[in-house]
Amino acid sequence: MARITMREAISRALWEEMERDPDVFIMGEEVGVWGGSYAVTKGFYDHFGEKRVRDTPISESTIIGAAIGAALTGLRPVAELMTINFAFSAMDHIVNQAAKLHYMFGGQMTLPLVIRTVGGGGRQLGATHSQTPDAVFAHFPGLKVVAPGTAEDAKGLLKSAIRSNDPIFFIEHATLYQVRGEVPDGDYTIPIGKSKVHREGKDVTIVTYSKMLETSTKAAEQLAATGIEAEIIDLRTLRPLDMEPVLASFRKTNRAVIVEEGWRSFGVGSEIASRIYEEAFDYVDAPIQRVAQKEVPLPYNRTLEQLALPQVEDVIQAVKEVL
Amino acid sequence: MAEIVTMPKLGFDMAEGTLVKWVVQEGEKIEKGAVLAEIETDKATVEVESNYEGVVARHLVEAGAVVPVNMPIAVIAAPGEDVEKAAQSAGKAEGAPPKPEATPVEKAEAASPAPAPAAQAEAPEGSHLPEGLRASPIARRMATEARINLGQVAGSGPGGRIVKRDIVEYLQSPARYQEAAAPALKAEPARPSIEKATKPTAPLAPLAPLPTAETPADEILPLNRLRAAIGRRMTEAKQQAPHFYVTHEYDVDSLVALRQQVNSMLSDEEKVSVNDFIVKGVALALRQFPNLNASLGENQVIRHGAVNIGVAVAVEGGLLTVVCRDADRKPLRQIAVEVRTMASRAREGKVRPEDIEGSTFSISNLGMYDVENFSAIINPPEAAILAVGTARQVPVVKEGGLAVGWRMKATLSVDHRVSDGAEAARFLQALALYLEGPLSLLL
Repeated sequence: MARITMREAISRALWEEMERDPDVFIMGEEVGVWGGSYAVTKGFYDHFGEKRVRDTPISESTIIGAAIGAALTGLRPVAELMTINFAFSAMDHIVNQAAKLHYMFGGQMTLPLVIRTVGGGGRQLGATHSQTPDAVFAHFPGLKVVAPGTAEDAKGLLKSAIRSNDPIFFIEHATLYQVRGEVPDGDYTIPIGKSKVHREGKDVTIVTYSKMLETSTKAAEQLAATGIEAEIIDLRTLRPLDMEPVLASFRKTNRAVIVEEGWRSFGVGSEIASRIYEEAFDYVDAPIQRVAQKEVPLPYNRTLEQLALPQVEDVIQAVKEVL
Repeated sequence: MAEIVTMPKLGFDMAEGTLVKWVVQEGEKIEKGAVLAEIETDKATVEVESNYEGVVARHLVEAGAVVPVNMPIAVIAAPGEDVEKAAQSAGKAEGAPPKPEATPVEKAEAASPAPAPAAQAEAPEGSHLPEGLRASPIARRMATEARINLGQVAGSGPGGRIVKRDIVEYLQSPARYQEAAAPALKAEPARPSIEKATKPTAPLAPLAPLPTAETPADEILPLNRLRAAIGRRMTEAKQQAPHFYVTHEYDVDSLVALRQQVNSMLSDEEKVSVNDFIVKGVALALRQFPNLNASLGENQVIRHGAVNIGVAVAVEGGLLTVVCRDADRKPLRQIAVEVRTMASRAREGKVRPEDIEGSTFSISNLGMYDVENFSAIINPPEAAILAVGTARQVPVVKEGGLAVGWRMKATLSVDHRVSDGAEAARFLQALALYLEGPLSLLL
């Protein structure tokens, strides 16, 4: 085990997979000579060369369109979108092409495509560069949406994603790159589509993922000091959604709080809450609470930005509300 | 962080409510589940409980104000939070209320609210629990599995909701072995007994004022909301529903005798009234006449699956109809206790929204006032209402001779758009089978 940052974990996953399989290549804005906007691909260009680490024009639809074409011919592209906010420029390619080609052509071709992108707020990048629209992408059948919250998961899930023959939308959180975590040595993968009990508890189930896993864990620690034991389920993958650990936990605690960074309306929390009501109604002991971003475009002002994003206190408050 | 309390929606058709009184003043502490204010709706005065623990930072409306539902009425500051700051946040209640500093986590024990099975803050819809009890799904399931009567469990959740821990505690407590310890039984009897009704004591009539006394001036009383609501609904019913009336006289000799026999076995609190027999009999008869257990919609008649009998109760300034749900399936004793409990709540002005919603047929009984017979206005959107007079001893013809017998008249008012005279008459005959052979109501 090594204690490394999520940035290093992701970088190592990419490096190892490129060493392992010559069909894997990277393309995106500033991924080559510059080494990536978040320095994830630093050193790749020198080691793997310009053919396998391709700088592209500033055109997201070109990046994804070209990556889809490459994947159809048998290569395994890892296309990077500098932020998830720019994915909207490539929306047609992502949701109308990548998500549907395998299905619409009767399975004649597979699409071993990974779209790596960076989401989340909290870095004062303004309303258009700070969004968490994960649920938007999880809405489309045909696209797998992965969003890790720990370094270990980031590495294992990214390796699985690169080896998968399905198009995968891999969302990294901008403020998690610096966060360190224990990562197993050597080659390992973590299956896509498996939620996980991140912390055990008996009083309330907190369902979360990505950055909010960190926030929820801090809340759980504070709650533990007052005798409330929260169980945290890390979704890790939004589609396909693995409800089993969520339902198993809920059947035990009968109370749930869902914490997401994106907006509340039509969000991940809405989906999870509905599924709990549908599949574990007889275990419900209190209305399920959702903690989410305030329903405003995220402010630039630092104080206002933090007020709009879900905080540890919001999670604690929501837990007390359901208890 | 500061919490905004809004005007609750206490019934599906409630659009606004009058904030009658603030029970907890600005600056005072409030527990989760404690009564914050009293609100008057069209139908009743209801206590609104706080779902939060903290300090009442600000009242956003003054007592007496008429407030649309969901409009903020108060700000509650979290424990330890700056009350002034919380109050200031009130101005921006819509959208995103600013978040105050982190609040220390309370002790878990301190957060557990006191049991508050009193009035409800929200109207549960589609609840089939007796007496409008509220219970979480898992509490309901556990109660069913353990064969517990939820009416005997005190709820500790918001608004008195029975939650899992209440069931767990109940199962561990010795109270579960004491049958029928429900607080409901403590309520006063709903109606005076027949004996009282038929032998009214005759107080002296008040003396007329002396001719020399000054004639009192006219008194002008504004309509209260209940009075206004009754006026609106009754006008609507009488103008829109073409009423017709069918009267039937019932031989209640056996019923009176049976009731005496039954009540000799019951404690005062549990005694069964004639009206309870009628509720049960009507409910069973309605099962055979679904057309009378119906509502008129636009170009359609809705025959209700449930038989929920509304019982008119006189309250100060008007009347309310309390609803005995699924009366056809409940034993007589349960009907008696439920109706008595709801009626006493209604008279005390503590009626719960679910006490008065969802009736499918109504009964108005003026038996206690020595009334031979009267006709009632249909309670819309129902199709019919039964007006019941006093059971009285009258001369009857038996085997060709005169004898004394107990008789009671009842008049059915029916909406002619839904049903016809023949059906109404057959219903009253079917009811006779139950009221004249009342043993069947105990089976």
